[in-house]
Amino acid sequence: MSIFKKIMTAIRGGASEAGEAIIDANATRIFEQEIRDAENHLTKAKRDLTGVMAEQMSAKREVDRLTREVSEHEGYATQALEKGDETLALAVAEKIATLEGTLADQQQAHDSFSGNAERLKELVKKSERQVAEHKRQLSMVKTTESVQKATSAITDNFSSSNSKLLSAKDSLERIKAKQQKFDDKMKAGELLESENSDSSLQAQLKAAGIGSQDNSANSVLERLKAKQK
Amino acid sequence: MNIHTIADHLNSLADNSDTGMSFDCQPISGEVDVLQISISDREELPIFVSVTEDQIICISYLWGAEEVKPECIHAMHESMLEMNIPMPLSSFSKIGDKYVVFGALSISSSFLDIEHELAVLSNNAIEVIDDMSDYLL
Repeated sequence: MSIFKKIMTAIRGGASEAGEAIIDANATRIFEQEIRDAENHLTKAKRDLTGVMAEQMSAKREVDRLTREVSEHEGYATQALEKGDETLALAVAEKIATLEGTLADQQQAHDSFSGNAERLKELVKKSERQVAEHKRQLSMVKTTESVQKATSAITDNFSSSNSKLLSAKDSLERIKAKQQKFDDKMKAGELLESENSDSSLQAQLKAAGIGSQDNSANSVLERLKAKQK
Repeated sequence: MNIHTIADHLNSLADNSDTGMSFDCQPISGEVDVLQISISDREELPIFVSVTEDQIICISYLWGAEEVKPECIHAMHESMLEMNIPMPLSSFSKIGDKYVVFGALSISSSFLDIEHELAVLSNNAIEVIDDMSDYLL
């Protein structure tokens, strides 16, 4: 059964009750151990791979060196023949034959190292994918467990603190009311500010002798005098 | 990253958070450590944060199964499924008999990511309750 299905079955089966483990804790431990083992194997495989690749490189260098030497000696042999020195040419040819023998051996070794390296690389990649997949599955199990434990911690906390859990609608109403209050306050603040700036403008105008002036005793007297006439 | 570093960071923000929200953190001890985060003026809908090996999980409890009008439960489930992708960063789930909205972050998330997540989750929770209130008693 896939982990997904196991978790689903466990939740459906009522294992969601606080305190009950989703998946047998022992099974989880075994699974964790398996992942650790796989990771250890992976580390070892990677070390092996490094060794093989080093061997491969050194074989490659040897092959290159031998190839160079063969062609060098072929040059010597040709020169010896041009000079008509058959004996020397033969000696060089013998050397070439030995070199070619070694070259063939080295080439074979190199091919074998390359093959091994390729196989190991494949193995490492495959193991890495497998470990990642196992880790994902383990994470699903652990997350499910963690969420359930967290939920029971939250529930315990609520029941011990006697705080009543509100219904969703009541909570929303309260939050909206608070938001409204906040908005109202902001608006009132703005209004107050604009009024303040209005009155300060009035004061400035008055100081400059512009706009309506205060009804002073003098102005009242002036008005009465004007009526008498 | 654990709930204590998150709590220290959010508390240190005070009123200077990027999101303009003010967070109050309260650790709840239990088998798994949980951080209860109250957002100023939204205390009724706290967010609960727990940290696992590879994830930071932020959960807001929406409503209990008993709050759903019995004849609406199917339609509500459909709506929730349909809204799951459009809803930014958060997803719906059900824990026991409680419907929740939650977001999961990588354990390597920055404080800014977490703060952003909490703000979006809180906004989502309020909007979801508002939009789904027809289904609720």
